Amino acid sequence: MFDDRSPIYQQIAESIKDDVLRGTLKEDDQVMSTNQYAAFFQINPATAAKGFAQLVEEGVLYKKRGIGMFVSPDARAKLRGQRQERFFTDVVDRMLDEARVIGVSVEEIKKHIDGGNR
Amino acid sequence: MISLRDLTVRYGATTAVDSISVDLAPGKIYGLLGRNGSGKTSLLSVLSAYRKPSSGSVTIDGSDPFENRELMRDIVFVRDALDAVEGDRAGTLLDLHARMRPSWDAELAAKLVATFELDLRKRVGALSRGQRSSLGVVIGLASRAPLTILDEVYLGMDAAARTAFYREMLADYLEHPRTIILSTHLIQEVADLLEEVVIIDRGRLVVHEDTDTFRSRGVAVTGPADVVTVFAEGRTVLAEQSLGRTRQVTLYGGLDADDRERAESAGLTLTPVGIQDLFVHLTSPEHNLEAVR
Repeated sequence: MFDDRSPIYQQIAESIKDDVLRGTLKEDDQVMSTNQYAAFFQINPATAAKGFAQLVEEGVLYKKRGIGMFVSPDARAKLRGQRQERFFTDVVDRMLDEARVIGVSVEEIKKHIDGGNR
Repeated sequence: MISLRDLTVRYGATTAVDSISVDLAPGKIYGLLGRNGSGKTSLLSVLSAYRKPSSGSVTIDGSDPFENRELMRDIVFVRDALDAVEGDRAGTLLDLHARMRPSWDAELAAKLVATFELDLRKRVGALSRGQRSSLGVVIGLASRAPLTILDEVYLGMDAAARTAFYREMLADYLEHPRTIILSTHLIQEVADLLEEVVIIDRGRLVVHEDTDTFRSRGVAVTGPADVVTVFAEGRTVLAEQSLGRTRQVTLYGGLDADDRERAESAGLTLTPVGIQDLFVHLTSPEHNLEAVR
């Protein structure tokens, strides 16, 4: 589940964001508690708590005192906006770099997309 | 709070623990990492009041644990030797601990005995290496002591038994938070469970920080030799290797966003260094520790 590429709390935050984006977690859904999360993924609960704290700070989750943590109503829209901004730099530009290196032309890429090969 | 101040343990002319100062806040799972002979067991023996330091001090919530009956009741120290009479049956040993410790959880002990498939009728001396270790884990966890010290308790356990040990330890910690110090050199297996790591090498403290921070400290930089050399200048290099005109250096200290951008625009490849590799580099004999500390 987790790797050494980045701090685990960040990976936890990212995976919950992915769940929100995909709709696996819906607005006002309760997320697992820190302890449940720690036991499920076999990680230290402090690490899980740090990941959740970051999501609360970013407004993806909100806390209900004594009950738990829930997905913010606007979380999905907000995350989509952020990811859309990054889409062209992180995904498209990288793909074009790779295409240039291996000699695939933009025309071929366009044809691939227009051809509806997927 | 556990506070070590200039803690030193000497055996004749050998210095096993060399002036270590560290504070450990209560309620966390700590990993004490070090190679064989790095001083882990000596350090833990002082911490658990099994021996007096040669100099320096240990205090737990302000008091010296040595010959301190009340404090010692709150500490369980499980080590290789098991501190048992070889002729005693495993079950007798557990009964003894159950009587000595007011916090003993018999239900947990029974559950762990079943998990590890321990035969309590066997004599301690007749147990296999792995079974002895499992018995140690039962004692360590079922004691449920506010300070639980497990010194390389996994020796001889197979992968399945170790996984069971980590799972049971975490599960019980979640139910009953307490300070757990786990000494090990199998870092990769337990890293995710540790809130903080304490690394010692040749008796000296090398690193004490939260595991996630430590994890992000290592980075391998690969690229054309001259470019790599310029980039690495002024940084702590833990290891290096060359293949033809390609050079790779392992840097310690983490890179900020500017560093990363500079590296990538110079055509260098950055790859994370696993926590186990980081530990190996930091404690390798040829490494100059002073550069890191």
